[in-house]
Parts: sequence; structure tokens; C-alpha cells
Amino acid sequence: MSLLVVSGSPHVHGDLTTKKIMWGVVYAMIPALLVSFYFFGMGAVKVVLVSVVASLFFEWVITKYLLKQKPQITDGSALITGILLAFNVPSNLPVWIIIVGALVAIGIGKMSFGGLGKNPFNPALVGRVFLLISFPVQMTSWPTPIPMFKAPMLDAITGPTPLGVVKEGLRNGESMESVMSQVPDYVNLLLGYNAGSLGEVSALALLLGGLYMLFRKIITWHVPMSYMATVLIFSGILWLVDPNAYVNPLFHLVTGGMMLGIFYMATDMVTSPMTPVGQIIFGVGVGLLTIIIRVWAAYPEGVSFAILIMNAAVPLLNKIKPKRFGEVVKA
Amino acid sequence: MLKTFRIGGVHPKENKMSATAPIEVMEHPKRAVVPVSQHLGVPAKALVKKGDFVKTGQMIAKGEAFISANVHSPFTGKVFKVEETLDSTGFRRMAVIIDVEPDQWMEGIDLKTEIKRDIDLSPEEIVKKIHENGIVGMGGATFPTHVKYMVPEGKKVEYLIINGVECEPYLTSDHRLMLEKGEEMMIGIAILMKGLKVNKCIIGVENNKPDAIALLKDIALKYQGITVEPLKVQYPQGGEKQLIDAVLRRQVPAGKLPLDVGCVVNNVGTCFAVYEAVQKNKPLIERIVTVTGKPVKKPSNFLVRIGTPVDMLLSKAEADVEASGKIINGGPMMGKALVTTDVPVTKGTSGILLMEIAESNRKEEQNCIRCSKCTTVCPQGLEPHLLKVLGKRMDAEACEVERIMDCIECGSCVYTCPAQIPLLDYIRIGKAKTGAMIRNRSRK
Repeated sequence: MSLLVVSGSPHVHGDLTTKKIMWGVVYAMIPALLVSFYFFGMGAVKVVLVSVVASLFFEWVITKYLLKQKPQITDGSALITGILLAFNVPSNLPVWIIIVGALVAIGIGKMSFGGLGKNPFNPALVGRVFLLISFPVQMTSWPTPIPMFKAPMLDAITGPTPLGVVKEGLRNGESMESVMSQVPDYVNLLLGYNAGSLGEVSALALLLGGLYMLFRKIITWHVPMSYMATVLIFSGILWLVDPNAYVNPLFHLVTGGMMLGIFYMATDMVTSPMTPVGQIIFGVGVGLLTIIIRVWAAYPEGVSFAILIMNAAVPLLNKIKPKRFGEVVKA
Repeated sequence: MLKTFRIGGVHPKENKMSATAPIEVMEHPKRAVVPVSQHLGVPAKALVKKGDFVKTGQMIAKGEAFISANVHSPFTGKVFKVEETLDSTGFRRMAVIIDVEPDQWMEGIDLKTEIKRDIDLSPEEIVKKIHENGIVGMGGATFPTHVKYMVPEGKKVEYLIINGVECEPYLTSDHRLMLEKGEEMMIGIAILMKGLKVNKCIIGVENNKPDAIALLKDIALKYQGITVEPLKVQYPQGGEKQLIDAVLRRQVPAGKLPLDVGCVVNNVGTCFAVYEAVQKNKPLIERIVTVTGKPVKKPSNFLVRIGTPVDMLLSKAEADVEASGKIINGGPMMGKALVTTDVPVTKGTSGILLMEIAESNRKEEQNCIRCSKCTTVCPQGLEPHLLKVLGKRMDAEACEVERIMDCIECGSCVYTCPAQIPLLDYIRIGKAKTGAMIRNRSRK
């Protein structure tokens, strides 16, 4: 008889793997990806390709030559970072800036902490915020969308995002009515016919992917729902107090990086809390910070900053323990 | 809505390949190996020596300590040797080795097949019979049964809970027992209720055994106070704390016993053994063993005398040992991998599971992605990812704070982990360290 394998129980394993989770996220991003190609044309294709290839390349090089480990680029995590970074930048961003962004995202955001699972901050957001601070002009000149894959690759007409229009208008003392007349209507905001980073424009496509991830149990409801509810309630209160000074909550929900943040960035397993209660507090925190930044801070958009700040609070939130067996009130 | 326990749980593929195979009586071996320690607690002391002649059902080792159990000879024959041999849990233990001859039963054992329904004995006599006949928990933990029935002063028992869950994938020995020995088992339950002086009993059975549920419900009509509770299929429902939570919505606090919430839990196999011990005066010398797995041509349930080598079961079930990479004593979630098949069946052997070579090796461990699925599925509400780190560090103080001793080692965390991390290996190290620390503390 050949030798038997002897190992500790259990001897069977469910079929869930890291790869399956990561590829599930990639599938969930396909609708938003297609929308970006539709409205921003070859520019979007170029940005996504460059970002993905650069991210995979940097992960491979750093793992192999700096960490001296076996590269695991097929696990899909660097692919996600690449796509998310592309989603967070304008479609006319110069190639070299994208490559710098990918280097910062993978190199500093992820690999410097030891690679997959060890980074405290969402790598794509680290890359994005680095670019936003370093190259403010290039990062905030958004091409206006042209449907039917007809957007030109170069010299596109650029304009501000809906959130930028509102912030600027209100600051200059314009009335809410006149400000809101300058932004696209809700149908166009949902479908993605508005200026912005290439992956964030269509709230509907992002919601679709988010629901897919919830359905496949890749993410749980705790972070997205608490985040979304906080945004609606907090901005709703402000709006009820003075509808002329504060935009309505639905506008907050469908503009900027909100949907991208709610379903794809804040839900990142590695950088969000481990227990349901911690996840809810995390979601509430991100929601509050997002609205505070959008309403009172210098930037028109606050999703990235809010998530990164709450990422820093995760080790503390992980002190919250799950409900232990035997501590439930007896029936 | 079917009931189940409220925290965590997984649902592995059930694979109950042997569910329709009726119980077959296993032939006797030429030589039997009967360990004197087949139960949780202090080993029994051998009463026989080399060259002695023993009869079937004769006591050959006495459990003298409080938590211990008697061992009886499953065969008639001459004692070949009393020596240390490898048992199915991987330890070397003292065993009585018998050269088997045709059966000569001990006097006083009722071998008639008709069912004896009247319970003549008093509660005290019932517990005494259980003790004398070496009955232990047949679900796999092999805790001496009589100890559970010596209820300490001041504790009040309300319910007898019977475990017919069989939540381990593949195993079907309890299922077949309920189907084929339901009547006797129910009398065993009535005996235990009398011994415990309770009038309420709940039998928990998972809903993947509808035939057993229907049959038991039918039999239970004739008995006062016994209800059958169909449960949603969820692992590890057969853990006694999880089972009590499922059927009664009561949670046993950490470090406490079912007695503290007014319950005693026994397995269906134990109930049948109790019936035989009390009504027929027959000691625990045989049990039902499932032999199953993909490399097994005829997945089977055998009625096997204790001491029969596992090899014999494998050949009767036409198991392809060459095609197996791993052979497990018990189920795939909590069973122990065997080093060799040259070990005897003991009181706790509920099944022998063979795994194909391809599924025998673990997959490569990857980085933890902090998905917290291990925390979600932990039925004890622990954080396996954290306990793994602390266990690896052998930080007993931190392990204790994080409640490592509450871990029931069900393996749900490892089953679920997408990064294939063997969390439980490290948690076991942590538990061993922490347990030693706690014992040292109480010694001071």
C-alpha cells in the first residue's frame, strides 16, 4: 500500500478561493467598463489598458526581485487595482502619469506592506490621491462624454464634473436653481452621460455590478448599506434645513465617485473591518466624511479621502468582537 | 421555517453515499485487538492476562476512575497478549489481543431478538446498568454515559436531548440505526428519561433524513413527552451546544455544561446501546460503522464487533485502498486521518472514509485577504483568523482573552477559507498552550 496522507481535520474544503472572489469583482466591473468605453471611446480603453498592464507589471517585478517570492499576478488582485485606478482618473490622462499612479498604487499602496492582504489602505485610492495632489490640473480636466464610441482620443473638450459645477456655483453665490440647471438630469447621471473620471460616471452600471457582488456573496450588505444610508440621511437633513444652500441627497448619491466608493472601494475586504458591527461603523464614518468634505471642504469630491481616512481606523474597529456563543439573551 | 443554531455554520456537500445500504453483520476476525481505553477519561485497568480464556460479553477491563468506562470482550477465545498497540486515534494504547473462537456468551445476556418494552428497573438501577455495561457516547466523543446521569446536587434537568443530526458529510451509521432500530432506540430513550427523571425529550434530526423523521415521529406517538424536531441541514449541528441552541434556543455559556441550561444530550447510537444494556443485559461490544468514500465500490453500513480490524471492513466494502490517498476515522470535517488501516474498530468509530488521492492533499496556503468569512461561519462566535495568529505565536494569555478554549474544532473556518489557510492547525497549538497554562494556574 502506498503511504497515506495524514493531516489535521477538516479533510474537505468548500470551493471558494481567493481567485474566485477577485475575478468576481472583475466581472462586477464590466458594466461600468463598457459604459466608459461607450462615452469616452479609445481614451478610456487606453487608460484602462495602461493602468492594468502597469499594475500587473509592477506587482510582478516587485514580488520577484524585491520580495523574492513567487509572483501571484493571476490571483486577480492587481488586475482589480489596475481597473479601479483607471476608473478613478479622467480618460485623457497622459500615459506616463497613469504609470506613475500604478507604481504608487502597487508599490507603495500594496507591496511595501508585504503584498496581498497586508496593506492598510486601498491601493487604488492611494494611487489616485497621490495623482490628484501631484497633478491637480491633469487630474481635474475631465473630457465631456460623447456617446457611441465616437469620443476622440486627443484634444477632447473638457469640462467640470457635476459636483464641481455645484460647488463652484454655490461658492460664487449663484442660486441653487440656476446651479442645478447647469448639470445633467438624473437619467443622464444614472446612465453616465456626464463628465467625470472614466469609471464613475454611470451610477446605474456600478449599482448593477454591486448587486451582482451582493448576490454572489463577494461582499456583504454591511458596508455599502450603512455608507449609502448615512449619505442619504446626513445630506437629507442638511437639505431639509436649507434646500437653497445644500443639494438634495439623491444628487449626492448618483454623482462623483459615490457609487464606485460604496460598492467597490469601501467594501475592499483587506482594508475594511472584520466584524459586522465594525463594518457598519466604518460605513457610517465614510458616509459622514464624504458629505463633510463635499459640502464644507475645498475639494468638490470626498469619497477617496473619506475611505482612506476610515481605512486608518480599521485596526481600532477590529477591536470590536463578534457576538460570542453563549452571550445571547436566553429565550 | 426549520430550526437551526443561530451563530455561524457551513453546509458542506452531504455525499451520503451509503444512506440506502442496509446494516450488514460483519464477519468475525481471526484475531481481535481490544484497547482498554476507548473512551474519554482515565483508561480502564485490564483484568485479564496472556493465556486467559474469555467469553463474549465478559468484562476484561474495569474503569475504576470517575470518568472511565468498563471494557468487555467482544469475542470468545484465548488472550494472545496484553500489550501496547496503535489505535485508530493514532496513539499507542494498552490492548487485549484475543484469538477468536466461536461465540460462547456470558450467562445473563438475553440474546432473544424480540423487543422488550417494559422498563422494570429504578432510575438508580438504570444508571448502574449503564455504568456496568461500559456505555459511552457513540457519536464519536466517547464520553462515559453514566457520568452524565449522575446529576450533581442543585442542578435541575428539564430536557433529554437526543442527537440524531449526523451533520458530518458521508456518515450514515446513525441514519441507518434510526431506520432499522428505531423501536429499540425509542425504548432506550424512555429508559434514559426514567434514569434522568425527566418527562420531556426532543430528538433532533436534520431534514436530509425525511424517512427517519417520519418513522421516529410515528414511533414517538406511543411515548409520552418525546418529540421529533426536524432541523435545517447545517454543520456543526451535531455539536451538543449547537444542538441545544437549535432545538431549545438556549445557549450553554462558555466553559459550562449542557446541565447548566437544564439539558443532557445523548446520541441515537447511545440510546440503542442503553436499550441493549438495560433490557438485554448486553454490554457495549459492537457498533454500526459506515465505510464510504469515492474509492469504495460498495459504500456500506456494518454492524461490527469492537476489536475487528479496519482492513476487514475495507475489503468487505470492496474499497480500493490503492486509489486512496487518505483514510479517515470518522467524517471529513472532524475525523482523524489514519496512519495505517491495521487498527481496530472501537466504541467511537462511527465511520471509515476513504478519499481519492487527488483530494487528499491540501492546497497551497496563500495570504489572508481579511475577508472575515472564518468569523462569519464560526459557530462559537470566535475570530479564527486572529486565533491562528495568536496560536502560531503561542501567546497563551492573548489566546485565553480571545476565548480560544471555546473553539470546538469543528473545522468550519478551514472549510470556508478562500486562501486555504489551515487555521485549525494553529488554533490547536494555541489551545494546547492555553489549556496547559490554565491547568498550571489552578494547581497553584
